[in-house]
Amino acid sequence: MRTARVPVPLLVPAVLGLIFLLLPLAGLLARTPWSTLPARLAEPQVVEALKLSLLTSTMATVLCLMLGVPLAWMLARVTFPGRRLVRALITVPLVLPPVVGGIALLLALGRRGLVGQWLDSTFGITLPFTTAGVVIAESFVALPFLVIAVEGALRGADSRYEEAAATLGSTRWTTFTHVTLPLVAPGIAAGAVLCWARALGEFGATITFAGNYPGITQTMPLAVYQTMESGDLEGAVVLSLILLIVSVAILAGLRDRWLTAP
Amino acid sequence: MRTLRTLAAGLAAVVAFGLAGCGGDKSDTNNVSPGSGTASSASNITGGITVFAAASLTESFTTLGKQFETAHPGVKVTFNFAGSSALATQINEGAPADVFASASPKNLAVVVDAGNSAGQSTTFVKNQLVIAVAKGNPKGIAGLADLTKPDLKVALCAEAVPCGAAAKTAIEAAGVKVTPVTLEQDVKAALSKVKLGEVDAALVYRTDAKASAADVDAVEFPESAKAINDYPIVALKNAKNAAGAQAFIEYVLSADAAKVLTEAGFQAP
Repeated sequence: MRTARVPVPLLVPAVLGLIFLLLPLAGLLARTPWSTLPARLAEPQVVEALKLSLLTSTMATVLCLMLGVPLAWMLARVTFPGRRLVRALITVPLVLPPVVGGIALLLALGRRGLVGQWLDSTFGITLPFTTAGVVIAESFVALPFLVIAVEGALRGADSRYEEAAATLGSTRWTTFTHVTLPLVAPGIAAGAVLCWARALGEFGATITFAGNYPGITQTMPLAVYQTMESGDLEGAVVLSLILLIVSVAILAGLRDRWLTAP
Repeated sequence: MRTLRTLAAGLAAVVAFGLAGCGGDKSDTNNVSPGSGTASSASNITGGITVFAAASLTESFTTLGKQFETAHPGVKVTFNFAGSSALATQINEGAPADVFASASPKNLAVVVDAGNSAGQSTTFVKNQLVIAVAKGNPKGIAGLADLTKPDLKVALCAEAVPCGAAAKTAIEAAGVKVTPVTLEQDVKAALSKVKLGEVDAALVYRTDAKASAADVDAVEFPESAKAINDYPIVALKNAKNAAGAQAFIEYVLSADAAKVLTEAGFQAP
């Protein structure tokens, strides 16, 4: 590592950027009534919301991995007409306000939605107001994060290994599972973490599409909002902090175990 | 023009909400007019007036705002419509508001107790709950007891907002147990779930059902008489336009305004 002098035009904005990110966090910590934290953490409704948040965001990440990795591979490795358009469309959930995403999900998968009314009449399945609905809403907003990260990793990976496997008679599927996947594993892990974090913090699409009911669809961000709505700002701050601590602890744990592996 | 104004009011509300969301105590861009705050009588008020009003007042206050602007040329009334509890929190966190119109005395008390009101509050209307159902009432809902049917999906407001507190009182008065599928954050959100067909019924105010009469039918039920909401209005201590706030409140209490409010389905206090 060379430790040459850091240029000022880079140092100043970098420090400002860091302060900008940390200042709201400092505001949160400054207003935290620390003494009530353990009592809050023991409240059944808080435990319920925290469990639901962890469960749904993990399920959403699994769903995103199952759909997103193949999608990213298609975009990076297969030339097909309209690929650029597909790539642009994938970023739509990123620019869409989550509440609009929730309405769009209702119009597609709701009881009267494009596909939803068929799901209801044929299978008797309705997704709004169910835990599955929460997973769908979270996956919708989180999937682009995974696809973009994995596609970037695939494009950056050296394709000569895949070509070598192909010349040795490996099928495309075997090449994918035995060469490509191990090669881009760190990229997939990073994408999965981004995806999970986005799903954990999801609010707008969830409350619009899945509604808000304790134990079924009320995740931590919804619980925080409802606590604030009821005029209990301190309670909302404590709940936010619980979510923050738990997610940072999990990410730190994962980082030590997986992400820094060679 | 009408839709443009509504759009502008909506945008302004979104901006106001955004500011409040940031906990910001920034000066309101609508209030920079030089005469602002110096005028003393209702006849020569100027500048902008920012009104935080309960979601259930959306239609009627938008109309009142337009009439007020016509009566006072050069004055711009900006609304932030949301659940009363969210508004109370925003006000206590320093959101730039001149007037607060709440859908219940409880949420108004949150602001008064925090010392953020100026002067006495006045009850200007009362509102009552109805059951909003899909047009034509396909499920044949006739009263609160019908909401206990297991295959029926019901949306209620969360207890923190006035429509949720009133719903709880009414349901308890009826002696039934209703299990909703969702607890919505304001009355409009609950109503939209009926409009979208995602739920079969929602307890909303008579005024909200009336404003959406094209999409929903209202089923009256006797227990709603036990859960009548008073709507109080008050000027705020940190008002940038105190004279404007006072004039707007006087206007809401006037006979002209009463006509608009009654037409919307509100009852006289």
